[in-house]
Amino acid sequence: MLAKRIIPCLDVTAGRVVKGTNFVDLRDAGDPVEIARRYDAQGADEVTFLDITASSDQRDIILHIVEACAEQVFIPLTVGGGVRAIADVRRLLNAGADKVSMNTAAVQNPDLVAEASAKVGNQCIVVAIDAKADASQPGRWQVFTHGGRNGTGMCVIEWARKVQQLGAGEILLTSMDRDGTKAGFDLALTRAVADAVDIPVIASSGVGNLDHLADGVTEGRADAVLAASIFHFGEYTVRQAKERMRERGIEVRL
Amino acid sequence: MIAGTIAVVDYGMGNLRSVAKALEHVAGGKPVVVTADPAVLAAAERVVVPGQGAMPDCMRELAERGLKQAVIDAAANKPFLGICIGQQMLFEHSEEGDVPGLGILRGQVRRFPAAKMHLPDGQKLKVPHMGWNEVRQQSAQGRPHPLWNGIADGSRFYFVHSYFVAPDDADCVAGTTDYGIPFTSACARDNIFAVQCHPEKSAQAGLALLANFINWKP
Repeated sequence: MLAKRIIPCLDVTAGRVVKGTNFVDLRDAGDPVEIARRYDAQGADEVTFLDITASSDQRDIILHIVEACAEQVFIPLTVGGGVRAIADVRRLLNAGADKVSMNTAAVQNPDLVAEASAKVGNQCIVVAIDAKADASQPGRWQVFTHGGRNGTGMCVIEWARKVQQLGAGEILLTSMDRDGTKAGFDLALTRAVADAVDIPVIASSGVGNLDHLADGVTEGRADAVLAASIFHFGEYTVRQAKERMRERGIEVRL
Repeated sequence: MIAGTIAVVDYGMGNLRSVAKALEHVAGGKPVVVTADPAVLAAAERVVVPGQGAMPDCMRELAERGLKQAVIDAAANKPFLGICIGQQMLFEHSEEGDVPGLGILRGQVRRFPAAKMHLPDGQKLKVPHMGWNEVRQQSAQGRPHPLWNGIADGSRFYFVHSYFVAPDDADCVAGTTDYGIPFTSACARDNIFAVQCHPEKSAQAGLALLANFINWKP
């Protein structure tokens, strides 16, 4: 049976991992390729790089990192951040990324999702959705862009269905309400989106312990779970996460 | 060209760099070239045909770049590895875009049937089939295929696809996988081996398969 996936995520800026500074036993704590190798060795199912480089003249650095990663890490690599045009998608894939994630650009220009999917295949196109609970309407979540700064007024469920129709192969779903809280995924949000679409959904944001990962699958019905800090700071290894998920009756690759 | 060259066919579709880098990782110094030159394919010791995206685009690009005959020739006379669409195109016809394949192996390429895409508890199975799934090694010809050497039966490989091959000849089935339905995830005949999964993205199991291919003497 298909295994549920665990995906460590690295925030990268100007060639360095931002959240990786407390790592132990690494020659270079901030080197994304080295950290990706470590996660691969621990049994990670994929790795995601989120390029949060602010200045555009440093954008090409991520390409060199992706190239180096593709030479040494033989599991799927997703790269997101700053993808605005079909040329960005192509550059990342040619460098060795397997999937490219887009967020703000997909909202501003939905045709980009359709065009990219038609050109490179939907399996390469991930649409990341930043969701925030709508205070005035319980059970409704709103899509945000620009790193969570701008509300769009769009309903997350409707947008998720729309990106599937446009040709997204996967949805990376982030709860802005849970970001940094360590209170667990927003399970109601995750399940609502997972049930609304026929493409895989990756749950993200809020993971504070290993049971949160398992909950994302059992209650949130996510196909994959993404986490950053619980792995970065050495609290848990990916292997420990998988062992816990297996104890909870979830099929994993161990 | 240097003896022992492993040629990865470049027809503009798919993550060639990943395939080439994974092959280099296990090639023991044998040269790995990414090429769109039929003469290089003809001279190579071994040929790998990757592929991503949609089958109609792959077939069109293969023809437009003048590589179709070179791939057919390679599949006829040298160790040949098809990956993903590189496996699907070996068959006669695909439901994706209703296009003919190369017809080297008899059978069809089908889409996962929507009516079967759920678990017994009702939870739906997503398409594309994306992630790590088990490959049960089949040995229709009586002995395990040499490309499975050292790889535990039931090992997980990375898949990402919406279509799968349905061979007419049970003898060419080298591996099966379950996703809603059982489907053929690896096939083999003579000098041809082909997989639906991505060995270049399947960690140790995938690298072992690629190493076996490089050492394979069919």
